[in-house]
Amino acid sequence: MSVVDERVDASGRGAAFASPEPGEALTIVEPLVFDHSRPGRRAVRFPVASDAARAAGKGEPALPASVQRQEAPRLPEVSELELLRHFTRLSQLNIAIETAFYPLGSCTMKYNPKVNEWAARLTGFTDSHPLDPDELAQGSLELQWLLAELLREISGFAAVSLQPAAGAHGELTGMLMTRAFHRSNGEGEQRTKVLVPDSSHGTNPATATMVGYSVVTIPSNERGGIDLGALRAALGSDTAALMITNPSTLGIFEDQIDQVVAAVREAGAIAYMDGANLNAILGRFRPGEAGFDVMHFNLHKTFSTPHGGGGPGAGPVGVSERLAPFLPRPLPVLREGDADAVRANAWAGRETPGARFGLDWDRPQSIGKVRSMFGNFGMHLRAYAYIRANGGDGLRGVSDDAVLAANYLRVRLADAFDLPYDRVCKHEVVFSGRRQKRQHGVTTLDMAKAILDHGIHPPTIYFPLIVEEALMIEPTETESLETLDRFVDVMHDIARRAADEPEALRAAPVTTPVGRLDEAGAARRPDLRHRFGPDPVPESTEGG
Amino acid sequence: MSHPGDLRYSKEHEWVRVDGGTATIGITSFAADELGDIVFIELPEVGSSLTQFAGFGVVESVKAVSDLFSPISGEVTEVNAALAEQPELLNSDAYGEGWIARVSLADSAELDALMDADAYEALTS
Repeated sequence: MSVVDERVDASGRGAAFASPEPGEALTIVEPLVFDHSRPGRRAVRFPVASDAARAAGKGEPALPASVQRQEAPRLPEVSELELLRHFTRLSQLNIAIETAFYPLGSCTMKYNPKVNEWAARLTGFTDSHPLDPDELAQGSLELQWLLAELLREISGFAAVSLQPAAGAHGELTGMLMTRAFHRSNGEGEQRTKVLVPDSSHGTNPATATMVGYSVVTIPSNERGGIDLGALRAALGSDTAALMITNPSTLGIFEDQIDQVVAAVREAGAIAYMDGANLNAILGRFRPGEAGFDVMHFNLHKTFSTPHGGGGPGAGPVGVSERLAPFLPRPLPVLREGDADAVRANAWAGRETPGARFGLDWDRPQSIGKVRSMFGNFGMHLRAYAYIRANGGDGLRGVSDDAVLAANYLRVRLADAFDLPYDRVCKHEVVFSGRRQKRQHGVTTLDMAKAILDHGIHPPTIYFPLIVEEALMIEPTETESLETLDRFVDVMHDIARRAADEPEALRAAPVTTPVGRLDEAGAARRPDLRHRFGPDPVPESTEGG
Repeated sequence: MSHPGDLRYSKEHEWVRVDGGTATIGITSFAADELGDIVFIELPEVGSSLTQFAGFGVVESVKAVSDLFSPISGEVTEVNAALAEQPELLNSDAYGEGWIARVSLADSAELDALMDADAYEALTS
């Protein structure tokens, strides 16, 4: 680590320059908020209790001495302006979708339109409380019911629960329902295995294991699809479910999907589709119609609610008729009124007089609640706004454009990088950096770091595992042709430099706030705790 | 990349060195190289039984988490405790200091299902 030497610069106090050790690049870093702290400085001053209020308390401490802390917590003491600058500077050290192209494969880092944020800030929603009685929460209940209806239509499933808080949580919900289904048929003990193709998301086998199933991996064929022979051989009376990511992590739509689903259902197993890649197939493929029993949606991917940095996400699940009794409860329902009329009015922006919404708790076979209250409601609002703003034709256009953008990059970069599965892809394309590694000793990691020097977030790397030196690019539909062309130029430049100046690529990035990080050191010997130095000397006057 | 001639190799990229009734097992330098910097290994317990080609632990690198598959069956008599603190030994000395476990060999005929160094070299090049 470098010693941080704080200096005053033109922007005011606080930007710090690390003194480089020999061989280390000069880096500009933002000190911890604790390093900005000076005793007595405050952003907010709380009013002092009046004499009358103190007298009313009769001098008795509000808490017994046994639970009062003995020393004050060491909180940072900063002015509001310093605090604002600190967090603004931190935010500027980030690459985000709002500052740069972000083609992170498997993550669908599309733009979150600002109208979504307007919808999520409507005070009718923000000032309501999840424990409001139904009659005071009609708008929120109607929104949840309508969103579930929209997701039903998009996916072709019989019923939808909005509760799960994220994609993997939706998977867990789906597999808990799978287990409940088999138990209700007296096959809970017998069906112990979940089949997972090797091109699936890593969360799929993890979810199956969490629910107590053992995982059987199904290999891909040479075209990047599922090996149907291996699937049929693995299916049996002990199979609980198939969990398939479609389109797969190779960005390829499973063109034998009808045979896959038929084989799974014939074996008496549940067909689970991981819907994380739904952005490729809106308006083109409805998994419920194709015979799947259950799928999770990632609202934060497909329907543009913001993500990255840990969420929050939302992972609703859609299910077939036979799994519907097991959905989490409660479900938002239309208690009074005609569903067709309510939907038609809602799409036309009209209220339906007399329509009453409620929560259905009376679901005896339900797996129960999977989330406090009703899920991440703010995400439901944003997703609803996005779906309504686009409409059916618009959503189909979203997927068509996302697929077109990925295929544009596939074709334009095919001369520079190996394409292990050279066929039309869906929303993402997976290249391999093996040529650069073998010929020039430049790894995919080196190239990803070099992309940062061009102000672009790198694609996903080393995933999926079945592609050597994988480089997984998902441009999404929200980028202009100029942005895609610039990315192509950057990637061609990096491929050329891999051949001409491999040493320079191995030193990348050089223009970022910090250079190549010691990832292995960070994982092997993590240093996660701030240790306070000696107390700073109090200032004679406050403020600045 | 060269692999020691006195070892046997599995297609899952593990090696085994037999010395009398004891077999020492580890991952190959090819596997360590492909995984990249290894940051964690879940070692088997002494006394546990390993089955040939079945999983017995997990290795985690900055790139990926992978299962370990035993090249041979037998009971674990010793594990390389140094790896808990220094998983980087798997990268720096896969065939020496980076050994993972010693097992009492259950059936030496199982060695016939493994490759010699030349065959493994051919598999990985």
